[in-house]
Amino acid sequence: MTSDFGSNLLYELATERHDMTLKEFLMTDSALSKTKVAAKKAVAKKAPAKKAVAAKSTVKKVVAKKAPAKKAVAAKPTVKEVTPKKVATKKVDGDQLVSFYRDMMLIRRFEERAARAYTEALIGGYCHLNLGEEATVVGLMSALRETDYLFTNYREHGYAIMRGIDPNRAMAELYGRVDGVSKGWGGSMHMFDMTHRLLGGYGIVGGQLPLATGAALAIQYRGLDEVVMCTMGDGTANIGAFHESLNIAALWNLPVVFVVINNGLGMGTTVAKASAEPEIYKRASAYAMTAERVDGLDPMSVLHAAQRAIASARTGKPYLLEVVCERLRGHSVVDPAKYRSPEDVAQLAKADPVPNLAARLIRDKILTAAEVHQIDEEQTARADAADAFAQASAQPDVSTLFDYNYATPVANDSRRLPGDPLFAVVARPEVSR
Amino acid sequence: MTIKTYRQTLHDTLRAEMLRDENVFLMGEEIGVFEGSYKITAGLLAEFGDKRVKDTPIAEEGFTGAAIGAAMLGLRPVVEIMTINFSLLALDQIVNHAAKIYGMFGGQAKVPMVIRTPGGGGQQLGATHSQNIELYYAFVPGMKVVAPSTPADAKALLLAAIRDDDPVLFLENLALYNTKGDVPDDDTPAEIGKAKISREGHDLTLIGYSRMAYIAKNVADALSESEGLDIEVIDLMSLRPLDRETIVNSVKKTHAAVVLEDDWLTYGIGAEIAATISDGAFDYLDAPVRRVAMAEVPMPYSKVLESAAMPTNDDVINAIFQTLEAVGRRLKKVGQSHD
Amino acid sequence: MIEIKMPRLSDTMEEGAIASWHKHPGDRIEIGDVLVEIETDKATMDYEAYEAGTLSEILVSEGATVTIGTPIAVLDNGKDSGPASAPASAPASAPASASAVTTTPAPASPVTVVAPARAVPAPVNKVVEPQHSGSDGVFASPLVRKLARDHDLDLSRVRGTGPGGRIIRADLSDLLAEAPTPAPSRAVTRPVIATGPIVDEKRSSQEVVVTKARRIIARRLSESAQSIPHFYVTAVADAHVLMEMRTDLNKQAEAKGLTKISVNDLIIRASALALREHPEVNASYLGDDSSVMLVHNRINIGVAVASKHGLVVPVIVDADVKTVAELGVEAKFLATQASGKGLSIDQMSGGTFTISNLGMFGVEEFTAIINPPEGAILAVGATTREPVVVGDEIVARYRVRFTLSADHRIIDGALAAQFLRTLTSLIEHPWRIVATEG
Repeated sequence: MTSDFGSNLLYELATERHDMTLKEFLMTDSALSKTKVAAKKAVAKKAPAKKAVAAKSTVKKVVAKKAPAKKAVAAKPTVKEVTPKKVATKKVDGDQLVSFYRDMMLIRRFEERAARAYTEALIGGYCHLNLGEEATVVGLMSALRETDYLFTNYREHGYAIMRGIDPNRAMAELYGRVDGVSKGWGGSMHMFDMTHRLLGGYGIVGGQLPLATGAALAIQYRGLDEVVMCTMGDGTANIGAFHESLNIAALWNLPVVFVVINNGLGMGTTVAKASAEPEIYKRASAYAMTAERVDGLDPMSVLHAAQRAIASARTGKPYLLEVVCERLRGHSVVDPAKYRSPEDVAQLAKADPVPNLAARLIRDKILTAAEVHQIDEEQTARADAADAFAQASAQPDVSTLFDYNYATPVANDSRRLPGDPLFAVVARPEVSR
Repeated sequence: MTIKTYRQTLHDTLRAEMLRDENVFLMGEEIGVFEGSYKITAGLLAEFGDKRVKDTPIAEEGFTGAAIGAAMLGLRPVVEIMTINFSLLALDQIVNHAAKIYGMFGGQAKVPMVIRTPGGGGQQLGATHSQNIELYYAFVPGMKVVAPSTPADAKALLLAAIRDDDPVLFLENLALYNTKGDVPDDDTPAEIGKAKISREGHDLTLIGYSRMAYIAKNVADALSESEGLDIEVIDLMSLRPLDRETIVNSVKKTHAAVVLEDDWLTYGIGAEIAATISDGAFDYLDAPVRRVAMAEVPMPYSKVLESAAMPTNDDVINAIFQTLEAVGRRLKKVGQSHD
Repeated sequence: MIEIKMPRLSDTMEEGAIASWHKHPGDRIEIGDVLVEIETDKATMDYEAYEAGTLSEILVSEGATVTIGTPIAVLDNGKDSGPASAPASAPASAPASASAVTTTPAPASPVTVVAPARAVPAPVNKVVEPQHSGSDGVFASPLVRKLARDHDLDLSRVRGTGPGGRIIRADLSDLLAEAPTPAPSRAVTRPVIATGPIVDEKRSSQEVVVTKARRIIARRLSESAQSIPHFYVTAVADAHVLMEMRTDLNKQAEAKGLTKISVNDLIIRASALALREHPEVNASYLGDDSSVMLVHNRINIGVAVASKHGLVVPVIVDADVKTVAELGVEAKFLATQASGKGLSIDQMSGGTFTISNLGMFGVEEFTAIINPPEGAILAVGATTREPVVVGDEIVARYRVRFTLSADHRIIDGALAAQFLRTLTSLIEHPWRIVATEG
């Protein structure tokens, strides 16, 4: 049983979070699927049969199936989601969905505005967008408390906004202006705001994991009821810091949730081409850490999974969550993504979570088409306003260049501009002869 | 001679070496399907297949170390590290293994590998993506570090690096990729460890490498045109080994030197050059050696701050004029503006 | 009306080429429509419309290359105003005036010589103390100090015009013009060596062909002087006994009709014996790239000879195993040959140590430049009678001075001193020179 990862996971989920006994769990594997279908018939689109197969397969079997797994990863996420015990009412779900839609549309319009400003050379550097990731962003961020912390990577604009940072300040950061969330020092990749407990976007793949682990250590050290969430891309699972951090977090029982945003591509490399085990959540088994995989195109699924993960972390059991979503554009604004086939591109358009949620809201009569359109208009205006704010914000003054060299004033700190001489020429005192 | 970009020259040279020697193969992130972050390896996967062009996971330490191991068995891996900033993740393998294996085991195993990686700021890539840290490698005995500034030198040095039996860090530069120049058609490798006098002159010696060698040449040419100055330009080409003789001989002739570098001033490569001049040409100096380097800050994202932090043509010209004034040259135009 | 500008579609892009227009004047444009394919420095990319309207004009045709920010088309969006949001400040990578169609790329950093924007170097460490001046109180550049030494200039007469009052090369112009050049200034009658025209009236300079041999000598000597860190140790030996012994030996030789021996022959053998005792001096440094140096087991001594071909250094191999008489014969033979038909390469190679003796010209002492790849050279002066205190009396004794030039990379001062002590001892107890077994 312990070697049977998938079942082990479900067992843990069942027994710890859903008050099922092992016996019940073993008996109701298929019943569970039915329950889920029944409970979520309005919203759930997942194939329960697939889930059951995955749950039963041993690690060995999954490894054997590695090659064909590529398609499975790219096409349909295998969801290890277990039906929440309490079935949400349609009204609550509806309010939540509308709220999600509002936020997702803000991210969508914000990112599109940023892409445009980038091509107009108003934004510099690299510019990685959350397009296609909106449902994941809002689902994850809605599960965090204000007092929880977030560490993220360089694809972070949406996360920053959902942590509560004013879109104006996020856009101003992209423009490198003084009103930017990092005062123009960080740019697209490096937003930071202690007030909203966004502890940074990081540009070196895997760099944020040890930091997040350390932040969780500080929380544990102080005996606080807070949690750290640390997001990363799928490519990050292959770098040393991933494994070192998961091991330390599990070893020390740290309150941290690691979230792999699996959009199927690390730049232009598919997960199957980069990862010997393309089902990344399974890597947690090497560190005796609970893990699950969730559909990142459905904000509600993401929310619930994140809630489970955070609840686990809050009790000192770190958690690995793999969220499978899409990257609608290239790796960054300037990547033409020519490695994608026309079929993939067509598939992508169908998977776009924003119009899909709009269609669902209208179909389930939660909102009218006009209301959906109005939200779009509002958020487009919001993004435009952020852009106008950013353009109007001042450029940092060159005199501030050395202001952040050290937190502690120090003697002999170099504050020279390029080409400045080391020593000023001083007139030689007259020598009497 | 063919006029080509630095980018195209690197591509063509890699391809030619792969055709010439089947032991030459490429490894790196996004070099195959994605065709390279800077498109140096475009088309090579299609031509040579995935045995010769290996896309790697994001695992700098892992694949750089694997290249070292493959080189120990006689293959000639050419590793691309997306930017020199990411080479920090492989620093341990490079410094503790690539540079050590030949000596540590008494010369029994060679490590004939090349690490290609671009440095360079100025693209608003922020603090962790704009560093010029070739010094870390140039500091290490056992490593060879070369830094071409023109397409022709890129070809000659890449040929030399691939055919060399030691680990060579081949420094490229983001700002140079689109520059063009004459590239010889023949396959003559450069001699690693030799600097180049890219412009002869008598008034002052201007020393740089990579992007700063390019700037040095441009500034010297422009000042010749506008001010009639006769500046000698040395392109170091090789940071380790360092061609001290060429530097010292030039300063003996010109009696003054300005050193340009894209890294930080304190402990930077320019410090080594200045010390060399002090040792080898002390009696010939008519003014102190000046260095022009990056402001010593983590690179800010803001364009305004980034521009202020990076050495510009004006900074170079300022340093040249101040040094020439220090040796008694009275310059007509710019001389008065910064006294 | 909206101007559509050349977008930045790659992070290293500075300009782009129009690959093909997907829309043509008059076409209706919706947001997201592909307007144009643009070839960047990395790839060809689709560029989509951000605004809806009608394409009214194409400004840059297919195949042309323009910098980022250059208008490439005009879109009629039904409004008359200009671009909705003009950039608050022009970004550095998109020059506002960059509208010209270019065919060559702008350099990564275009050079324009203008007054640098950055004025005074503001924050520099203030130097409180005055800058260092030399021990003579004169504040001069190293070059000036060298020139002053070479031309015997009095720098205290010079007013420095360099930074902080430093005397710089330019301040010496007048002084150098009036300074006595190393060549004698009074008119002398000199033999005409060359037939070429006078190329410099003031110096009455004529061109003389530099022979290949001379060029080789010149190159090797400058290489040696520049690349080898020389240091010099001088010793003086009492040669009284040596001179008496030589007189004795030569009397015997004369009687037997043998070649007379010279002081130099004795010094060659003495040096060879001293080298045998200090083999580290009989060594070669192989350069900075080598992890080893060479210590030579054979002692092959070069003897610098001034010949009509210039300075040549024939080598006496195994000088330590030859008798003084043998050395004398061989040295004489080599010197004769050097001045005659010349020496073979073989006769001039393989040396491990050189002796240069200018004693015959009356030179008391001098320093020599190491003959690479050897590690040291001995410069021997004349053996002269001079007053010496012996006990409480001043007496006339023969004395000889010699200076060892050593490569400091492999020979330290103490080693050089020990070598000279051994050599001095041999000269002062000269029977050991002839008596020691070869």
